[in-house]
Amino acid sequence: MFYIHCPYCDEYRDEEEFHPKGQAHIARPEDPESCTDEQWGAYLFFRDNPRGIHHELWVHAIGCRKFFNITRNSASYEILETYRMGEQPRFSAEHPEGKSAEQGAAVNVADEAGVVAGQEGVKA
Amino acid sequence: MSQVNRLRQGGRIDRARTLSFTFNGKRYQGHAGDTLASALLANGVDLVNRSFKYSRPRGIVAAGAEEPNALVQLGSTEAAQVPNVRATQQALFEGLTAQSTNGWPNVQRDVMSLVGKLGGRFMPPGFYYKTFMAPASMWMTYEKYIRKGAGLGRSPMENDPDSYDHLNQHCDLLVVGAGPTGLVAALTAARAGARVILCDEQEEMGGSLLDSRELLDDRPAAQWAEQVIGELAENDNVTLLPRTTANGYHDHHFVTLHERRTEHLGETAPTIDGVRPTRSRMHRVRAGQVLLATGAHERPLVYGNNDVPGNLVAGAVSTYIRRYGVVPGNKLVLSVSNDHAYRAALDWDEAGREVVAIVDARRNPDGELVEQARARGIRIIEGAAVLEAKGDKRVSGARVATIDAAAFKVTGQAELLECDTIASSGGYSPVIHLASHTGARPTWDDEILGFVPSLVKGVHAAGSARGVHDLAGGLADGAAKASEALAALGKSASAIEPPRADAIREGQACALYQVPHEKPTLRAPKQFVDMQNDVTAAAIELATREGFESIEHVKRYTAMGFGTDQGKLGNINGMAIAARCLGKSIPEVGTTVFRPNYTPVTFGAIVGRHCRELFDPERYTALHQWHVENGAEFEDVGQWKRPWYFPRKVNGKLETMDEAVARESLAVRTGVGILDASTLGKIDIQGPDAREFLGRVYTNKWAKLAPGRVRYGLMCKDDGMLMDDGTTSCLGENHFLMTTTTGGAAGVMEWLELWHQTEWPELQVYFTSVTDHWATMTVTGPDARKLLSEITDIDLDKEQFKFMDWRNGKVADVPARVFRISFTGELAYEINVQANYAMHVWKTLFEHGKKYDLTPYGTETMHVLRAEKGLIIAGQDTDGSVTPEDLGMFWAIGYDKPFSWIGKRALTRPDTARKDRKQFVGLKPVDPKVVLEEGAHIVVDKDQPIPMDMLGHVTSSYYSPNLESGFALAVIKGGRDRMGEKLYVPMPGGQAHEVEVVSPVFIDPKGERQHV
Amino acid sequence: MSDITYGKVATFNTHPDTSIPMESPLSVAFNTGSVPAATSGSRVLFKEQAFLGHLILRGGAIVLDEAVRKVLGISLPGQPLGLALDASGERSVQWLSPDEWLVIVPGGEELDVEQRLRDALGDAHYAIVDVSGGQTLVELSGEKARELLMKSTPYDVHPEAFPVGKGVTTVFAKANLILRRPTEERWELVLRRSFADYVYRWILDAGAEYAIGVEE
Repeated sequence: MFYIHCPYCDEYRDEEEFHPKGQAHIARPEDPESCTDEQWGAYLFFRDNPRGIHHELWVHAIGCRKFFNITRNSASYEILETYRMGEQPRFSAEHPEGKSAEQGAAVNVADEAGVVAGQEGVKA
Repeated sequence: MSQVNRLRQGGRIDRARTLSFTFNGKRYQGHAGDTLASALLANGVDLVNRSFKYSRPRGIVAAGAEEPNALVQLGSTEAAQVPNVRATQQALFEGLTAQSTNGWPNVQRDVMSLVGKLGGRFMPPGFYYKTFMAPASMWMTYEKYIRKGAGLGRSPMENDPDSYDHLNQHCDLLVVGAGPTGLVAALTAARAGARVILCDEQEEMGGSLLDSRELLDDRPAAQWAEQVIGELAENDNVTLLPRTTANGYHDHHFVTLHERRTEHLGETAPTIDGVRPTRSRMHRVRAGQVLLATGAHERPLVYGNNDVPGNLVAGAVSTYIRRYGVVPGNKLVLSVSNDHAYRAALDWDEAGREVVAIVDARRNPDGELVEQARARGIRIIEGAAVLEAKGDKRVSGARVATIDAAAFKVTGQAELLECDTIASSGGYSPVIHLASHTGARPTWDDEILGFVPSLVKGVHAAGSARGVHDLAGGLADGAAKASEALAALGKSASAIEPPRADAIREGQACALYQVPHEKPTLRAPKQFVDMQNDVTAAAIELATREGFESIEHVKRYTAMGFGTDQGKLGNINGMAIAARCLGKSIPEVGTTVFRPNYTPVTFGAIVGRHCRELFDPERYTALHQWHVENGAEFEDVGQWKRPWYFPRKVNGKLETMDEAVARESLAVRTGVGILDASTLGKIDIQGPDAREFLGRVYTNKWAKLAPGRVRYGLMCKDDGMLMDDGTTSCLGENHFLMTTTTGGAAGVMEWLELWHQTEWPELQVYFTSVTDHWATMTVTGPDARKLLSEITDIDLDKEQFKFMDWRNGKVADVPARVFRISFTGELAYEINVQANYAMHVWKTLFEHGKKYDLTPYGTETMHVLRAEKGLIIAGQDTDGSVTPEDLGMFWAIGYDKPFSWIGKRALTRPDTARKDRKQFVGLKPVDPKVVLEEGAHIVVDKDQPIPMDMLGHVTSSYYSPNLESGFALAVIKGGRDRMGEKLYVPMPGGQAHEVEVVSPVFIDPKGERQHV
Repeated sequence: MSDITYGKVATFNTHPDTSIPMESPLSVAFNTGSVPAATSGSRVLFKEQAFLGHLILRGGAIVLDEAVRKVLGISLPGQPLGLALDASGERSVQWLSPDEWLVIVPGGEELDVEQRLRDALGDAHYAIVDVSGGQTLVELSGEKARELLMKSTPYDVHPEAFPVGKGVTTVFAKANLILRRPTEERWELVLRRSFADYVYRWILDAGAEYAIGVEE
């Protein structure tokens, strides 16, 4: 049973508090009506299934109910990181050891501004 | 029989406490502190079981979890039966009753041994399948007897009187094994202030120290162990768990420990202060770091007839003598490949029994223990091994000869040594099972002639568990690895000084697994590798000859290391044999994967408290008690208990469901009925973008829904398939109350959050579940207005309060929101009140409802009434492959909404736009008495040979008292163009019901009744 | 009218003017189940605080903090898993998620608190939802209360991991609930109404060996 760090509760919780929601970073096309059937089919049905590093969307269902992403090794089950919506992963198949601070500069952008604010409804 | 093998003194047993026990119907005596195995050996009981496949007589081989033979069935009563208990792990208690697991009709006269003999000298792998498969139809018959004969114990046929539970544990460091290494490790971590759990599977903590010949700080090692355990027990941050086996290592340092809490006290848990404790407990441990101090298992040598009772592993002999004061025979032949095992001969000699010879595979053994044996005048036969044991139900001799292990050849003339016990040692295998559970593949270490564990991050192995077999080394390793673990946790440990151990110099061991025989392996007497699964060296050799080259395939073909054994004694020997046959080295052959559980876990401990009435949550509405008191039959809807129907007593007889449903349905259509609809999901939606959000997740339009109005909505996934439906009411310009299906509530809530959080975080809207806050009562039927008007201040005038309006006011003096929506097609009011007041409102409705014969109805009547109206139930009439268009609900599809709502784009995909998709229709059986089966298929030609062309299937089907006929809803290819067509529903048995395709709306097609 | 429209959102006074009997989510258990009395030997005590006011507060921390301080005299716990009480201990605010808090006040106060919060929040984007009928609060105390929790939840209830002033939503048996620790001696469980009976029966079963007692 996994032990997952919820980036919102900021602590580790047992897997039974979470639901997996499939591959991460699947964005809904901006304008569905202009998609070809192939493009729409790819969005709906086609997912990666790598052996190794994989990014997954999870939700802390029995907890803060927030969605977040996990970078997980599908072979060893090691969880390399968890990160909030709108953030980019530091670890990836291309960067299994993690991006350097410079490369990963984008990671924390979301902490500072827009995305979190939007979610938390502090715009007003 | 007296305890013939009990020594006059020595051991850790309590001789003042004598305990009686029964084994295979005979009574014996032992002492407190005995295991069942030590007590049986003390009483000279050689034969404890029959083997699984060949039904050969078997005795006790080992002293711990690795015991392959002594599996017993425990329990004096039916309810107390426990199968597959290892006698070596079962503490003796007064009145213990056990019998052999295998053997039919009994272990002395065993029928199945005949099958073993019928199978010829050798039952090859796959024997039963190869022999009994023809004719195939007879297998079921054969199997019954084969299983009866073989057996692996049996489950009790009565309820277990005991209870079990789970305890969730968290710690910085989990130490598995409380031998010398584990004790030092736990002490190191405890003194550093860490939260420590120390578990050990034995009755007593101390491991090898309990039968050690060595001194620690000049005292007997066991005394040092006691002192350390005492210090640990005083520490609040340390949890000591004796009698607790770490059985499974799961992801991310989640380890399951099985604690036997009362198994040493009696066959069922004795009450303490009037309370019955749980018999065993599963500790679900989430550890920061884990230190495996699991020690090693001694490998027996593989020689002919090495399974005859009287063959033991050498270390077990020492354990029985030193720990239990039991010497399991009179004349010992010891066959070894190493120095360490010499202890068995020394202990045997000190017990005053005869050591016939030590047969050492090495040419010039020279360690300290060897010198001690020589000094005592014990005969040592060098460069030799036991080729074969003699005897049937007990060893009577050992054939010994010099061998060339490397060439796998017998080089000298065999000599027959008369003896009743053969102890052997082929070296020590680190217990790597738990480390293997993590998926890490162990690596072969030539130095220690064994696999050592590979370790994932956060797991440490120390002492014997990684091949550091000497006592001083193990103690130091325990401290060192514990410090490493603490460092990984960011805690510093001041290294503790392990006790001083006198190092005993041991000579180099040699590699010996299977002992050669004069005859080739396939014709030599059976040489057992895995005694529990009856796998022989010949079986492995044959498997490799038949082409099984991967060790994983050899394992599966021969069953080596299967089941509860998990290869504890046999796996390394088996791999060595496979390697020899394949001409490879052991590391080239590799190892199989050990899997949880390390030893069997009783189902009770796995289930814990989650059984009987606590098996699964039962969710109650605020009106539950009324339903119970009024005789409702309940239906499980998800975890909810919903009234299914309310049978009345008619002429002293309780109505059947059909009768009750007929009465309830008519009451709603002609009078007034009431339904507890509280289980519907309810979601409060607030925010300036709430309306926009609804427009995106529902298929229909929400832009103009005014406060006070209600609308029905369909919710699709982005593939265009319906996922849920329900009504949503506008409470304020920026405030809505959404309802979902009962089963869909949690899923819809998560769905809304998913889209809000991941795709449209810019929309200002919040969702909050209010399912449990509101109780919902549906009052419906032509008399609903009359009834409600008696107890509400709301203006119910049909012009003031129209269909699909909602109003608030008081009902039975309680503030309520009343929604004029209908799931029955009749005039209906859904009354929502704060749940704490629901019972008062409900009862008041019944007080006033008497004169209208207000009829409570359940889910079954609800289904019939809505089906008569052609109203779908998402999840029953739909299955994730049905679009709103398939349902014909074009009126609920906002094709021209500006935002491309979820599911819209998919509706124009070629497959979704097909004209011959299955469409939602009604079916009317030509014979009105017929009620079709839900799920039944629909065809055009009932005489077409199977496989028939199937047009679709029945999704809902009931008898309608209003129509006085059976009727059904269905999805049928191109169904809307088939109105009036006659089709068939074939049934098992060849009969086919003729049906007519009709509109799914059977009653009040214009929908006038709900508007009255 | 029970609904009062605040701008574009409707609030609702759920309480009648007259005295109407209320039934807590544990009424089935108390009316028809086993209710062991508390004795001097009880090492776990169970007590329901029924009919309290429960509000869900949604919004940004910065926006809500000022209003909560003004109305309740409590600083909004901005850190995850925080639980803050007022001086009397009768009112509390608990962090549930980065934009969600649970407010518990004495029964009957909830509408007043909601309306005062709405007054204070003005045009900000937020949500307040009355969930008082949907949940109830249970107190567990006694020397074995922590062990009983260990039987029931995978969450770490060791004092190091679960200090006073913390609250979490987590798994409990096969249900979920809010677990919080307002004081050194007392644990609080916030139960969803429909699961309350199951959780009660679970606690009684798990607490039998501690001679669990139910306090009136």
